[in-house]
Formats: sequence, C-alpha cells, structure tokens
Amino acid sequence: MTDATDRKITDDLLRPLQTTSAGFWMLVAFLGAIVAAGLGTWAYQMYRGFGVSGIRWPIFWAFYVTNFVFWIGISHAGTLISAILRLVNAGWRRPVTRCAEAITVFALMIGAMFPIIHLGRPWLFFWLIPYPNQRGIWPNFRSPLVWDFFAISTYLTGSVLFLFLPMIPDLALVRDRTTGWRQRVYGGLALGWRGTTKQWHRLESAMQIMAIAILPVAISVHTIVSFDFSMAPVPMWHSTIFGPYFVAGAIFSGIAALIIAMAVLRKTLHLEEYLHPVHFENLGKLLLLMSLLWTYFVFAERLTVWYGNEASEMAVFRVTQRGSFAPLYWTMVVCNFVIPFPLLALRRTRTIAGCVFAACSVLVGMWLERFLIIVPSLGHKYLPYSWGVYRPRPVEIMITISTFAAMALLYVLFAKLVPIISVWELKVGAQPVAAKEHEEVHALWRTEP
Amino acid sequence: MENGTVSAVYGLFADPAAAQAAVEALRAVGVSTADITIISSEPFEHHEFSHRDKRTWMFWIAGVGGAVGLTVGYWLTRMTELAWPLPTGGMPIVALWPNLVIIFELTMLFAVLSTVVTLLVTAQLPRRRPRLYDPAVSEGRILVGLEDPRVPMDALARALTVRGGQLKTIP
Repeated sequence: MTDATDRKITDDLLRPLQTTSAGFWMLVAFLGAIVAAGLGTWAYQMYRGFGVSGIRWPIFWAFYVTNFVFWIGISHAGTLISAILRLVNAGWRRPVTRCAEAITVFALMIGAMFPIIHLGRPWLFFWLIPYPNQRGIWPNFRSPLVWDFFAISTYLTGSVLFLFLPMIPDLALVRDRTTGWRQRVYGGLALGWRGTTKQWHRLESAMQIMAIAILPVAISVHTIVSFDFSMAPVPMWHSTIFGPYFVAGAIFSGIAALIIAMAVLRKTLHLEEYLHPVHFENLGKLLLLMSLLWTYFVFAERLTVWYGNEASEMAVFRVTQRGSFAPLYWTMVVCNFVIPFPLLALRRTRTIAGCVFAACSVLVGMWLERFLIIVPSLGHKYLPYSWGVYRPRPVEIMITISTFAAMALLYVLFAKLVPIISVWELKVGAQPVAAKEHEEVHALWRTEP
Repeated sequence: MENGTVSAVYGLFADPAAAQAAVEALRAVGVSTADITIISSEPFEHHEFSHRDKRTWMFWIAGVGGAVGLTVGYWLTRMTELAWPLPTGGMPIVALWPNLVIIFELTMLFAVLSTVVTLLVTAQLPRRRPRLYDPAVSEGRILVGLEDPRVPMDALARALTVRGGQLKTIP
C-alpha cells in the first residue's frame, strides 16, 4: 500500500468526525424531538397507567412485545453476520462489519427497553436480577422471561465488546489527529493503544475467540425470545420449530436493516469508494436466502397446523388467512417473499436500489410477522369467552415511532463520533501482500470485492 | 550522542520492508529481538517482524473462563431454587432443563469476559503515557526502536536510518 492510499483511507473515513454540517444538527434535532416525544409519552403512560394503552384482557402482549421481538431480531444483523464473515475471513467484510455491529448494539438497547416499558411498575425491573436480598426470594429460573434477561444481558455485553475491541486502534488514530478535550476523550477510549506487534496479535486472537463465542449466544438469544411464546399453551405458539423460525426471521430482518443502514451511510458520508455495489449484491444474496428460508418455515408451520385441524389452532389460522387479520397477513407474505424474491433473484435488479427496496419491504413484513404471531393467538385462546380484539392507542403508536427515531439518532451520533468503517481493517485489505486473499475472494464470489 | 542521555531511540519508516530491514540491522549490531519494539497503525502479517509474540494462552484462558461460568451458573440456579423452593408446573424444584439456559448464557458470558480481561492484561491496556510512541505512527509510519539502549548510539543510528529511516530519540 502506498502512503497516498493510506492517507486517503484515513482522511476519507475520518472526515465525518472532523466536519459538521448544519444538516447534521437539524437531523439530530428532528430525531431528538421524536425521541423526546416518545419518552414523554412513556412518562404519561407511567403516570396514568396502562389504561391509556390498547392493552386489555385477553391481549396483554401487543405493540410493545411486537417491538421487543422485532428489535431483538434486527440486532441479529451485526454481530452474527460480522462474526461469520470474520471466521470465514471473507475479504469483503472489512467495510461492512462495524456498520453491522453498531446496529446490533443499538437495536439490542432499544429492544431491551420494551419489556421494561411493558411493566406496570418499570422502576422495579431490577427484580429480574439475581441478587441476595433480605426477603431471600430469587428469580424463578424456570420462567422464560428470566431467560430473556440473562440472554439479552450476555448478548449485549458480548456485542458491545465485539464492537469496541476492534475500534480501539481507530480511536488511537483519532486521538493522534485531534487536540484539546477531544484528544483527552479519544485518548481515554483508546486505552493507551500503541499498536505493538504483541497488541495486534492479542487483539486478533481476542476477536477470533469473541467471534466463536458470540455465534451461539446470538442464536440462543432469539431462540430464547421464541421460548417466551413456545413455552406457553397458547394456540399456534406451542411449536417446536419456533426456535429456528425466530432465528431465521431475526437474521432476515437484521440483514435488511444492515442493507438500509449501509446505503444511507454510503450516500450521506460519500463512502462510494468503500461500500461497493458488490457489498450490496452479496448481502442481497444472503437476504434472498433468508427470504426463502423464512418462506419455508412459514409453510411448514402453517401446513402442520392445517393438517392437525385442532379447533383452537384453526381459529387462529382462519382469522389470519381469511378473517380480520388477513390483510396484514397477506401484506406480510408480499413484503417478505413476493417483492424481495424476484428483486434479489435477478442479477439485473440486484442493484443497490433493488436491494434497498427489498430490504425496506422486508422490514415492514417482519414487523407485521411479529405482530401476527402475538395478537391473533392471544385474541383467540382455547375458550371463546377469552377471545378479544386489540386496537393500538396513540400512546403505543408514538412509542413505537420514537424507537425508530432513537435507532436512527444513535446511529447518526455513532457515525459522527467514531469511524463507521474500520480504518485499520480497510488498510490491511489494501496491503499489496493481500493479493492472494484477493484472488481467493474473487474465486469464491466471482465478483470484485 | 551518549547512551546515558536517551531513554529510548527509534526510527520511523515509510513501509514494512524498510522496517524489516531496520530490525535486521538492529539484530546485526547486537540488539536482541526481545528488546526491539515495532509499532504500526495496522498489522503486517506477511512480514517476519510481526511474527513474534504470537504465542498466547488466551484460548485456554477463555476455556477456563467458560468452565467457571458453567460452574457459577449451575451453583446459582441450584442454590437459589433450593433456598426458596417454588413448585412450578409440576417441574422438580431443581429443574435441569430450564436451568441449562442460564448455565449456557453464564458459560459464554464468562468466556467472553475472561478473553477481554486476558487481552487487556497481556496487551498492557489501559496504559496512560507510553514512553516509546510517536503520533507519526497514525500517519502510516512504522516505528522501530528500543528503550534504555545499551548498544553504542552510533551503531543504533546507522541501523535505524537504513532505507530512509528517520532517527529520533527520547531523552
């Protein structure tokens, strides 16, 4: 790699940290206002009680748990994809991994808020934590809700570290290029990193172990989220395929979120030289694969229920296929399969625009899927006296909208404060000695990385 | 310049091949490999100088951390279930199947945390003000140097200026 290439990579990727446009502040103010409105709405709900939401007997899990499952699913974009690509040493991963890992951390933070928002007395959420207390009562470890606490805590801890560790050398880079309080802040975050050969080896070993460890944790998290449902005797929930079905759905929506985030970053931060069409094409292929897998799971689940012909399950089946939930159900099918399949299967339409359109469609479809798993089943339990309807109220809608704004806000601030593409990993990819690796990637993907 | 007046001496090099040449020159004048420090803004896996310090116990320590997590998970679930016996859905008081979920998560959490602690300890992080460092490393230069030099400065200066190296000293 020449000095000029080295300098260009550094300058290009650190530029967003060094210059701030008025548009940035306007965007932060706009998103911040929506987040503030969401927080205010939550405070209003706490003050007035759950009566202001649409949550009523028998449907106690509605928008909030839909959002919880949706955001935990989105979190599967980053760490899981990044860990897989690191382990297989895919050269094209370099510009993608940090974008992806940041999605995981922020989506997990937002997702983990929803069980707390959903509590009548959210200030007592710490009762889930197993700590010695004077009453001698401990959490019931046989409850899937306690499993959630452990799984999400482990995944969040692992994901934050997985994001932070490879960021240390880049933080040191920023430290050396800034002055004053910025230098002190970045210096503190860089932990005194120098870049000795020993430090590089230890960092790479740690990332290797983290990648191995985080994969089963990521899979366990969404499996455990699915256990919240499948451990309950509710029609169409008590299913053995819920674990893999949820994991597949999570990866599906996660990849979609990653494609959208990358496209926005590419456009707004002018990263066209680093986020190439081939990155979108490769992620588009993964999205296509997950679309097919999701369709297979839906078909397997529906066919089994239909063939079983059990009265309570058929009530839920009918209301989603032909009843009041049918418009949402078929919109979900269109969004998750009918639109993305042709767009991503045909090379001509597997462009950046095509991938982004398919990804937006998938996000809508996957949110609907989470909603359709929860609400129709709770509204049609075993005995007709326990049937009910759910209509979301403005409180739930506002909080839901604000979480999307919170995700965008966190991502915008992160991209402003930290190089959103790993500078040192990109430089390693540009080293002339990496030509052999380049050939291997070329042979594997038959495309230019 | 006398050796007694400098605490560290180093050269800055534009490319890894020049850094490799400097390392070899330092060895030739009698500096041991263990005393040579190489600092760069990116790893150079394909050069000999970056092959040192590769051996690590990190994988084993992660395994031990995982085993500790497994033990803690088993102890936590069993101890708390026995401390306040709570019959739930016909399950035994100490129910291994659901407890496995907690045990697994704690196993992985401890493995991850022990990996990070090992990284911080062995990479000597966090570190406040390292003696041997130059911000030019962040501009892409490769630093080759040594602290408390015992070899005559003239020989070190010759070794650290091969292939366009820029010599610097720290008093």
